[in-house]
Amino acid sequence: MATSSLLLLLADGRFPAGAHAHSGGLEAAVAAGRVTDLVTLEAFLAGRLATAGLVGAAFAAAAHRAVTSAGSAVRGSTLALLDAELDARTAAPALRTVSRRQGRALLRAGRAIWPEASFDDLPSTPGGAHQPLVLGLLCAAAGLSRAETAAVAAHGTVTGAASAAVRLLGLDPYQVQALLVGLASRCDGTAAEAARAADEPPERLPAAAAPLADIHAEAHATWEVRLFAS
Amino acid sequence: MRPDTVVPTAAPTAGRNPAPHDETVPHTHPEPGVDPHPPLAQAGRALRVGIGGPVGSGKTALVAALCRAFAGELRLGVVTNDIYTTEDADFLKRAGVLDPSRIRAVETGCCPHTAIRDDIGANLDAVDELAEAVGPLDLVLVESGGDNLTATFSRGLVDRQIFVVDVAGGDKVPRKGGPGVTSADLLVINKTDLAPMVGADLAVMDRDARARRGDLPTVFLSIVGDPAAGRVADWIRHELAHHAAVHPIAAPVGPA
Amino acid sequence: MRAYARLVARADGRGGTVLAELRGETPLLLRQTPGSGRAVTVYVVGGAAGPLAGDDLRLEIDVGPGAAVRVHTVAASVALPGRPDVVSRMAVRAVVHDGGALHWLPEQLVAAAGCAHLAESRVELAAGARLTWRDEVICGRYGEAPGGAVVHTRVDYDGRPLLRQSLAVGPGAPGWAGPAVLGGAPATGSLLVVDPSIPHETAAVEGTLARLPLAGGPATLWTATAADAHTLRDHLDVEVEPLLTKVE
Repeated sequence: MATSSLLLLLADGRFPAGAHAHSGGLEAAVAAGRVTDLVTLEAFLAGRLATAGLVGAAFAAAAHRAVTSAGSAVRGSTLALLDAELDARTAAPALRTVSRRQGRALLRAGRAIWPEASFDDLPSTPGGAHQPLVLGLLCAAAGLSRAETAAVAAHGTVTGAASAAVRLLGLDPYQVQALLVGLASRCDGTAAEAARAADEPPERLPAAAAPLADIHAEAHATWEVRLFAS
Repeated sequence: MRPDTVVPTAAPTAGRNPAPHDETVPHTHPEPGVDPHPPLAQAGRALRVGIGGPVGSGKTALVAALCRAFAGELRLGVVTNDIYTTEDADFLKRAGVLDPSRIRAVETGCCPHTAIRDDIGANLDAVDELAEAVGPLDLVLVESGGDNLTATFSRGLVDRQIFVVDVAGGDKVPRKGGPGVTSADLLVINKTDLAPMVGADLAVMDRDARARRGDLPTVFLSIVGDPAAGRVADWIRHELAHHAAVHPIAAPVGPA
Repeated sequence: MRAYARLVARADGRGGTVLAELRGETPLLLRQTPGSGRAVTVYVVGGAAGPLAGDDLRLEIDVGPGAAVRVHTVAASVALPGRPDVVSRMAVRAVVHDGGALHWLPEQLVAAAGCAHLAESRVELAAGARLTWRDEVICGRYGEAPGGAVVHTRVDYDGRPLLRQSLAVGPGAPGWAGPAVLGGAPATGSLLVVDPSIPHETAAVEGTLARLPLAGGPATLWTATAADAHTLRDHLDVEVEPLLTKVE
């Protein structure tokens, strides 16, 4: 099916949306001495998947739902509400900035690749819409299902950080891939949970918090020298 | 070669003969005190020039020299892609050659070549942000982080690219080729003042560059002797005029 | 056990606050204590150990325009296991009207081994309302791995979402103790300060304490992890006392 290839394309870390420059908080966790090896990396990825991964996937799925099932009249207001709800789940200003920056990068790719898609429904928030919303629209434009959309989102939250770990810690890439294989069913579970959650009203979407993610992100933003944008 | 490229008929290629190039004589402007450049036509959007090359070849120094050259002449912005975020941007800010608000640094996640070639969104954002912050620009220099000989810029990011190698990297570099040496719109062979010290034969480099690059121009440069990188600046002026003809103000076209 | 308690505070018209309603039932009893200044102070007095799994406790707070309330608890709540496969639940629903102030400053929630606890708070703030809201979670009693606890906080300001966060610890929360969430810290907490009169602050971080200005209103969230309850309180208290002094 054509859809399978599109799913693979959108989940590919080489999709030009700036993922290579983001470590998903890993660079700061490494600098804090909290991630040093495969064991601590696995714990990091599991925690990230259960928090930022679940929230991001649920919002991507909800945005997908908003543009595929809502009437055009309410699309814009639903997306604007989702954007505000995601703001309320992103306490750290540095993480809000990063999410909007990644949203802009993804939107730039989306507009170039699917010029006919209805990206104008996205809220005109300063800094751009949050990344999961843009991802939801992009996946909808590609014809992916809501479940596939959530899978792309959840997958991206762990693979980006894992790839950064290879670069930052010099870990054995085979071992890191094996770790991702081990996390795959959990990643699928998170995506399924996120896709189900998208049926809830925006205020009831997952809000899983990670105090260190907020603290690390703000510390990282103050560094004068860093390899990754987040 | 791209069909829309016009090879300069005058300097820098013509009359270039680096073999007897005497580096003890500082490069001087052809007509000191007289600006030989007619006012440049303005373009619908800034000309984006990528500056790439191996680590330590002098990219940042060249950018600083061009900032000096174009001060008061062009509305200029600079985007740096460093391995360590703001290192190069900070160098430029400290050098005082350009208002810091006209410099943006892009993080590259250890992959400067990815940021300038495969996944250019962050650089395009930086270019957009510069224009939003300081107003319309004539020229944006996009400096790559030091990488290897295969690192080239995407045509989606820059209109022209300059590849900088230096004589201290060995006079074999032009012969080795690679996409940077063979396809860059301008090859700069930098630090010619060091040639005698490192035993580099500029004639060999010139011959190899011609063999690799066909009609594409090559410039020999010593920023010690020419702090405003005059011939590189001249080449950019020429390309700017061409760019303005292709992208007139009234009808800005092409990717933003 | 099920229990319901309700607190309604109104301005008394003379610059102070009266409790128009104050009622509770075991194990959720409310007591007003003498205080000074404009605010009334109310203590939640645990009438029994717990909460135990199976307990369902609900507290409603309504703070009228110009009224101010401080709510404390007399001791930490220790969530304990009870009947298998049953959760304990503590739900707080608060509404603060324009010019009203609520300071919710309870002691810690301790997630004891084997517990299954859900703390759900929902706060609606009118434009011009003020709030300080403290949540502290201690993961297990001394030397003990915690049971499952979820602290879910949902705050709206002027009809807009201000804060949504759901912190989960224990066996049901993958990676909770790992470097992405708590990094092995047994204590974590946050203090939300909503005050339209406070100038907008920038983010700041020191060690494992961060000051995070929120997007949805005039609000700052302080968030911290710590090695123990006392250190955590030191982190979060630093900011509370000057604020309370200033407000009341």
